[in-house]
Amino acid sequence: MVMAAVQTGRYHRSYKSELRLWKTTPQITRMVILAIVLVLIPLVFDNYWMALVNTALIASIGAIGLNILVGFTGQISLGQGGFLAVGAFTSAILTDRMGVPVFFSVLGAVLLTAAVGMIFGLPALRLKGLYLAIATLASQMVIIFVVRRWDFLTEGQGFVDVRRLEVFGFSIERANFEQQWYMILLVITIFAAFIATNIFRTGVGRSFMAVRDQDIAASAIGVNLTRAKITAFGVSNGFVGLAGALMAHYTEIISWERFTLDVSIQYLAMIIVGGLGSVAGSIYGATFITFLPVLTRMMADELGGVAPTLRQQLPAFEHAIFGLTIIVFLILEPKGLNRIWERIKEYFRYWPFRY
Amino acid sequence: MRTRAYQHSLSGSTVPPGESLLEISELSLRFGGVKALTGVNVTVESGTIHSIIGPNGAGKSSLLNCVSGLYKATAGEIMLQTQSNQSGTTAGHGTKDLSKLPPHKIARLGVARSFQNIELFDQLSVLDNIMLGRHIHIKKDPFIAMFWFGPAKRQEIRQRELVEEVIHLLKLQEYRNQPVGALAYGIQKRVELGRALAMQPALLLLDEPMAGMNVEEKEDMARYILDIHELAGLTVVLIEHDMSVVMDISNRVTVLDFGKVIGEGTPDEVMANPKVIEAYLGAGE
Repeated sequence: MVMAAVQTGRYHRSYKSELRLWKTTPQITRMVILAIVLVLIPLVFDNYWMALVNTALIASIGAIGLNILVGFTGQISLGQGGFLAVGAFTSAILTDRMGVPVFFSVLGAVLLTAAVGMIFGLPALRLKGLYLAIATLASQMVIIFVVRRWDFLTEGQGFVDVRRLEVFGFSIERANFEQQWYMILLVITIFAAFIATNIFRTGVGRSFMAVRDQDIAASAIGVNLTRAKITAFGVSNGFVGLAGALMAHYTEIISWERFTLDVSIQYLAMIIVGGLGSVAGSIYGATFITFLPVLTRMMADELGGVAPTLRQQLPAFEHAIFGLTIIVFLILEPKGLNRIWERIKEYFRYWPFRY
Repeated sequence: MRTRAYQHSLSGSTVPPGESLLEISELSLRFGGVKALTGVNVTVESGTIHSIIGPNGAGKSSLLNCVSGLYKATAGEIMLQTQSNQSGTTAGHGTKDLSKLPPHKIARLGVARSFQNIELFDQLSVLDNIMLGRHIHIKKDPFIAMFWFGPAKRQEIRQRELVEEVIHLLKLQEYRNQPVGALAYGIQKRVELGRALAMQPALLLLDEPMAGMNVEEKEDMARYILDIHELAGLTVVLIEHDMSVVMDISNRVTVLDFGKVIGEGTPDEVMANPKVIEAYLGAGE
């Protein structure tokens, strides 16, 4: 209680202090506690749960990327799966076929995905809303087609085996696979979140949000809409490419089936549930959507004795829960988990008053 | 012109008062068969408050939209003086034809505007909205922005100093961190003015800054416009329906009717112009 309450009555004496991300001692304390918890996670969970956590971390990076485009810049994209595929296949092919060190292959994947994203972002200059969604759907289809049919990429099989991760002489051990990956992914995710946050507290990011809120006014204050939209596509897909590349090295085999339209929809669900236009929300949403089927399965197992249909019809049940979650969020809290968390913090900040 | 405690001049124009800053000549705008503007000629002198009045549908907003590039004129020129005439050796030096440029390039030449229907960035705070007014003056390299520490942070702080002066000038301090979508109408209008001011404009276009306000709010807004004009020596082009405000604060008035200029001059001259009286009150018996 004390921790949350002291944020009131705090006055800044410089712009510098106001620009800090965590301004009060309780906020910093909270982050330290969070850091300790994050470091302790691999000691508590077994491999099954760690695999889920790792998947959620990769999904977080991808969701941050998609949120930059959809939540912050207001350009709908249904091509997420395709762009993940670009990142994954680029990095996989660079390391496996060409022997490029992983660090550089991931970097290459980020840059190439950003470039591909910028090309597929060109329709955004003319199209808005639903029409843009359909145009980006085309990017999904085109990329998956390329992955499946271009022989020199995947030998017509649509999948690539990836060697176990080796970075600067360090290689992942089979025994501690999930734990070691967790540490790598945690660092990268935090770094990605930091970069995304920075973009949106400076001029570039603000111009993206200006395009989202009022594109006419944005052009009247000097925002070059063409440049802003294309940059947004590039930056966003840079993150997506990173997620795709990490996915390739983490799963050690990538096939086109992991990058279908379903994946694009799932990522959209992540940012809707987590909170459009929020970096933290992307992480909450990615975690939530990753764990949702697992929780659904556990629930079905628990209730299996009472209602055996749940267990028999599990895939259908999972889909229903997934759809229901999105609907419930859209109706009850369109700003997602991030807003719920903010409201909780506000409640404690003003406690015992209502507002 | 630097006055009081303000460290930054809000005017981005180097054209001295008295010279013409904006010359609109033979401007025509057609939407299909509708002639919104026909052969409009307006000259705005630097350092003046120039009002454009006229009955509804006269083409006032269309004219402003042409100047800021949102509409492309069918014919005619919109010449903006970007440097003093004296400093140029040849005639036409330092002038730009705005009718050929896209909106963001016009903004970069220092033409700022507000909109008739408020067009703020609703989800952003007042501070972010006004910071966005600095867009043309900042570096927008995403790679520098990503790492925050260093140039990106320094730039934020430097721009903030000017933005805070705008906030102070327009008395927006208490709303600084609130999302503009939630603010009262009158405040939103003021934020929009602030966003335009933060551009350090050479020319400020205000499209009905007092529409829908009560008398007190109108008086406040008129005072802000006069303050800006006096403190910064800014050239303001104003569209307004409230005649008493227009007559009180303008140096020059141009009257439009059915897309044509029917009168121009000082407020007194315009008031006495029979054509203007006819346009507003109908033909005499």
